[in-house]
Amino acid sequence: MSAVPLIVVTSLWGIVGVIVPWFVPKGENRGVIQVMLVTTAVCCYIFWLCTYMMQMNPLFGPQIENKTLTLIWSNKW
Amino acid sequence: MIDMEAKFEKLENELKEVNTNAEALKKTFLELTELKHILSKTQIFFDEQEQSLETESYQGLLVPYEIRASGGILQLSFVAGVILRERLPLFERMLWRVCRGNVFLRQSEIDVPLEDYVTGEKSNKCVFIIFFQGEQLKTRVKKICEGFRATLYPCPETAAERREMSIGVMSRLEDLNKVLEQTKDHRYRVLVNAAKDIKLWISKVQKIKAIYHTLNLFDLDVTQKCLIAECWCAVSDLDRIQLALRRGTERSGSTVPSILNRMNTQETPPTYHNTNKFTRGFQNIVDAYGVADYREVNPAPYTIITFPFLFAVMFGDAGHGLLMALFGLWMVVKEKTLSAKKSDNEIWNTFFNGRYIILLMGTFSIYTGVIYNDAFAKSYNIFGSSWSAPPKEDKDPNLYPEHIQLNPLEHFSNSSYPFGIDPVWQVASNKILFLNSYKMKVSVILGVSQMLFGVLLSFLNHRYFRQPLNIVCEFLPQLIFLLAIFGYLVVLIFVKWVTFDASQSSCASSLLIMLINMFLMTYPKDPCYLKEMYNGQRYIQTGLVIIAVVCIPWMLLTKPFVQLYQWKQKLHKMTQHSPIEENAGEIEDRVNQHHSGTSHGESDGEFDFGNVFIHQAIHTIEYCLGSISHTASYLRLWALSLAHAQLSEVLWTMVMRIGINASLQYGFLMMYFIFAAWAVLTIGVLLIMEGLSAFLHALRLHWVEFQSKFYGGGGYMFVPFSFKAILESAEKEDI
Repeated sequence: MSAVPLIVVTSLWGIVGVIVPWFVPKGENRGVIQVMLVTTAVCCYIFWLCTYMMQMNPLFGPQIENKTLTLIWSNKW
Repeated sequence: MIDMEAKFEKLENELKEVNTNAEALKKTFLELTELKHILSKTQIFFDEQEQSLETESYQGLLVPYEIRASGGILQLSFVAGVILRERLPLFERMLWRVCRGNVFLRQSEIDVPLEDYVTGEKSNKCVFIIFFQGEQLKTRVKKICEGFRATLYPCPETAAERREMSIGVMSRLEDLNKVLEQTKDHRYRVLVNAAKDIKLWISKVQKIKAIYHTLNLFDLDVTQKCLIAECWCAVSDLDRIQLALRRGTERSGSTVPSILNRMNTQETPPTYHNTNKFTRGFQNIVDAYGVADYREVNPAPYTIITFPFLFAVMFGDAGHGLLMALFGLWMVVKEKTLSAKKSDNEIWNTFFNGRYIILLMGTFSIYTGVIYNDAFAKSYNIFGSSWSAPPKEDKDPNLYPEHIQLNPLEHFSNSSYPFGIDPVWQVASNKILFLNSYKMKVSVILGVSQMLFGVLLSFLNHRYFRQPLNIVCEFLPQLIFLLAIFGYLVVLIFVKWVTFDASQSSCASSLLIMLINMFLMTYPKDPCYLKEMYNGQRYIQTGLVIIAVVCIPWMLLTKPFVQLYQWKQKLHKMTQHSPIEENAGEIEDRVNQHHSGTSHGESDGEFDFGNVFIHQAIHTIEYCLGSISHTASYLRLWALSLAHAQLSEVLWTMVMRIGINASLQYGFLMMYFIFAAWAVLTIGVLLIMEGLSAFLHALRLHWVEFQSKFYGGGGYMFVPFSFKAILESAEKEDI
């Protein structure tokens, strides 16, 4: 199981949610922008993580009809 | 103010003058017109008489008064006048009866309707001429004419005089016409000049009115001959207010400065959230449920992101999200021009005021659409699907023999699709089965996370208002209860995703039944999907259930009894010391706790234990039952996203595909119309209807499931005096 997507996405949302809030310019909106960044990072990361983890060990596979299977097999898709 | 009054009075007088002049002129005009008609008609009468005289000898009542032949001809007098056409028959009859048939009336209609000088209405009139003999008849006729409000005019007897009068009347009429025109022009000009300034005057008057209303709220301090007002203002703005007061003193040129003093009060201040044009929309949707209590945690900053995010989980289509985001972006970029138009359309105003919300909702929908791998019901294969087709059984290169369900042990590449749902599921016929399991679990995870966040916010509230009792008696048991049951469920979900794979798929645990068994404390061994997932599960789960059950009486009983104990201590202390000293000390302690929940139990020396206990019981039941029902309520995230995906798929399959599959000759023409139909349905049903529906449900999730964990919502808004608000509300009233 490749760990590349996991590392890439985790670090992306980690930067957005942990690193960028430190660099928000001082002003009256600083607090709101920091809250927005952290919330976005948490929500989007959880959402992606659930999707990724759910497909790691699928319990059943897709049921595809024969025409579509032919297309997949001949790499036309 | 006085200037404006003087101006208005002058304008009013001027207009009144002009109007009376115009009236007088019109009256004269009417009289002259009637006179003109009379003169012309009577001329006709007399001509006719002449003619008839010439053609036949005429004997009888009608004898021309003109002295042609002397002797034997009676002297008739006559009166001429004008009367309304409707009154004429009655007039004739009355004349006949009163004068016993001794008068003769001739009448003729005036073709042109004449304008009444007072009302301006046009009415049809007739000219009449009455011949009679003798003074008595004359008075009678005159009285009847007065009664019927017919206007009499002096008519000269000879034709020559009549002609002269006619000419005189004509010239006077022309002059009068000119004067009337000029009066009209003058009045028009005066009104136009006033109209230019009237908007300005109206807004000035409204502002002055508002200022006077506010001044009425001041008290007059008799001893010091000044006005005193008590008002609320934001602490952070105190400096600006001092500055503004000083500016006002300078501008009005008075020597006495206005003084601002800060005072202490026991009343609850209004709630003021400092918002800018971006955050105002979100603050409004939070306030629509209830304005926050003074100084409690404001859910709006979190709502800025969580609301569009939950909307997007339900909306979940990258194509539709893109359209929505573009619409929001257009409104935001063109803010200034659009807001200057000041439309009356309420629907447009609602959308425009929510432009930032729409923009964020659209953006998050693009993200969730990419994760659901759904754009206008199509999936995109960017990274390469993890599923591959099986090698074919026979050598026929064209067709597989039957429908096949891919086996994850053989046809799966053992790595998850990197970003989102694998595109193969879009073409699978058991797509919904797979997505249901996924979306339900995601809904529960998101729901429990948001509720946990809400409970943590309540901790912030308790800490700010310095109520350690609440932290121990409410926050801790709530947190433990939620984590023990639903936090554990979330952990189980993640564990199941990691530990089970296709080789044990028939024995993969059923989480729902396991949760139920956890409460029933039954651990069957038979169906393998009900077996334990990990060693020691039985003991851990029993422990968690016991902890959760213990939390319930903890929430229910500790707080009322502790408060009772504290109250008794206080009474005990008060009886031991002198009352005067004691009150001073107690009041200081009590001030801080005044906001909080102690207020519903205590009031001036009474502690109503029953009230407090019932309140706590309601709170406990609400929380415990609510945690279960709210977790289930979050499943609407699954339901709505399923509905949206299915609707957009139906639209594609049933509408667009017809156009794409059509034959070459007519295909392009059909496609033109079909695209129009597909686009209209997409925007109407999927964007607008589903958008509103998802908006509503996301809002409900915030208002009920999230905010019930911590929000008070019993405050009142800080509404400062503002000219803009006053003018806007006055405009709305007019409309």
